[in-house]
Amino acid sequence: MNIITGNDLKTGDVIWWTGLDWSRFVKDATDVGDHGEAILHREEAARRVNAPYIIDAELTDDGPRPGHIKDRVRALGPTVRPDLTLKPADPDAGEWVI
Amino acid sequence: MYQYDQYDQKMVDTRVEEFRDQVKRRLAGDLTEDQFKPLRLMNGLYLQLHAYMLRVAIPYGTLNGKQMRMLGHIARKYDRDYGHFTTRQNIQYNWIKLEEAPDLLAELASVEMHAIQTSGNCIRNISSDQFAGATADEIADPRPWAELLRQWSSFHPEFSYLPRKFKFAVIASDTDRAAMRLHDIGIQLVHNDAGELGAKFFVGGGMGRTPMIAPEIRDFVPADELISYAEACLRVYNRYGRRDNKYKARIKILVHELGAEEYTRQVEEEFAHMKELGLNPPVEELARITEFFADPAYDEQASDELDLSDPDFALWVDQNVSAHKQSGYAIATISLKPRGGIPGDASSAQIDLMADLAEQYSFDELRVTHSQNIVLPYVKKSDLYALWQKLDEAGLAPANLDLITDSIACPGLDYCSLANARSIPLAQKISERFSDLGRQRELGELKLKISGCINACGHHHAGHIGILGVDRKGTENYQLLLGGSGAEDASLAKITGPGFTEDGVIDAIETVTDLYLAQREKGERFIDTYRRVGMEKFKEAIYG
Repeated sequence: MNIITGNDLKTGDVIWWTGLDWSRFVKDATDVGDHGEAILHREEAARRVNAPYIIDAELTDDGPRPGHIKDRVRALGPTVRPDLTLKPADPDAGEWVI
Repeated sequence: MYQYDQYDQKMVDTRVEEFRDQVKRRLAGDLTEDQFKPLRLMNGLYLQLHAYMLRVAIPYGTLNGKQMRMLGHIARKYDRDYGHFTTRQNIQYNWIKLEEAPDLLAELASVEMHAIQTSGNCIRNISSDQFAGATADEIADPRPWAELLRQWSSFHPEFSYLPRKFKFAVIASDTDRAAMRLHDIGIQLVHNDAGELGAKFFVGGGMGRTPMIAPEIRDFVPADELISYAEACLRVYNRYGRRDNKYKARIKILVHELGAEEYTRQVEEEFAHMKELGLNPPVEELARITEFFADPAYDEQASDELDLSDPDFALWVDQNVSAHKQSGYAIATISLKPRGGIPGDASSAQIDLMADLAEQYSFDELRVTHSQNIVLPYVKKSDLYALWQKLDEAGLAPANLDLITDSIACPGLDYCSLANARSIPLAQKISERFSDLGRQRELGELKLKISGCINACGHHHAGHIGILGVDRKGTENYQLLLGGSGAEDASLAKITGPGFTEDGVIDAIETVTDLYLAQREKGERFIDTYRRVGMEKFKEAIYG
């Protein structure tokens, strides 16, 4: 599947395109098929996202899992600071990245 | 230390307001990201893996307690309660909000700090010896020269759009604590045969994808012509440095391709022209700057005696405390490499504490080292025990300076959008594997440096043991290098062979250190044994 990610313009937070809006959580990301380019141009022009790009992801039971480790780190947060990730209560969350 | 005059302050304040307007226009949609990106980068604001990252300049790594406390305040107010001290003697914050960046910069400016020229193809923060002004082995204090270079290079109109970024280091000792020859220009202050002060110039060093040790191009430039000579070096580079290929744009490539001799000839020609123009800075300005770096008011009666009856304190003194030029005083290095910790990271509380301790025990001065540690340069020996106790309570007293767990590591894939692999977890695991201090001390001086990509922010080329993280078909893989040094015996590390998994490279390091212990001769450091024994023996041990 193809999903879109980028950063929030004001805060810099990593965000994912849900089909209607942007979410902090990759599990909310939606498959954009071949329409990614049009969506990211529209959203970037509207300043709802900064520096967006399309990535490959695999659909798993937990939702989309980005194909490249770099995007999995972006999706979770720094693996060396579990307290700063999006799953601070799960000390093993970093395993999902690897 | 140096204090801003009205011009310095005005320049920084004006830049903050200019950036505030630029941010406002970006948020309003009057600037696209393509238009805004070079503007934010000129103010040290990157867009990194998780958020905006701000790199704050710490000129030649020197700051006072008030400035250090401001860094802690910024960590608390604008970031997530910590900062990361870098291999360029700067500090980075990883979670900055664009909308808050102008206020942050205004607060920084209030303590004479900024983030200008911490990015972009300009002259970056000048680095120097963290022991400057305090060590007995220097022939002069390099800080006034570093400050003069800072002023000359700040907003220099001719050098704001160089072919690529440009880094200076200035030292004044035969002991190189600043990796001087791995800079675009390395300057070593020296005396000539007549006893006059001047500078030896090394040009064309650097790490990155094409590591090079800078060749010496001039053995003596009179001190009052130092800036003009630097300008001549830059002018030749600015004219002929390649702008068509980012990967061949650094001055090291120009010097290498022209040959040091031809590059020097062109610099000398330009220098002769510069002399006619009379562009040397006025002697009065250097004198004005130098006054700021006068020795602090030492207690001339301070005792050299130390009570080392506490064994943990004695270990710390032996490992982390260095000789001072002034009797009764010492240089104390605070290691930011606790067991299993993140190299260079410090919480806001730790930053505040270091500020307090600098004020209380070190004439209000601290230094950031390129090895991601903090130095208190002027500690009375009789205060060392009290200082150590306070550091120890805050987890800031690892007695591991220059040992294997005092590793350098770039932020790597945990934070950096350029990285291919994570560096920090590796540093943490190595720190755990070699946590026994007795074992570390048995291994002795061992510079371990880890980079998460070929850009080499973790200085892996200069590590006695270096590690380079690479992307191998989407998986993290680590190449092991041996034999580098960023010190006065500068050398570039060589890759041992095929890469390893994370655990595999740690096992390989253990194999390498075991071989060193088995092979070393009396007094040999790891690097000495490696140089004597050669790579083949180490490869044999690693790969069988």
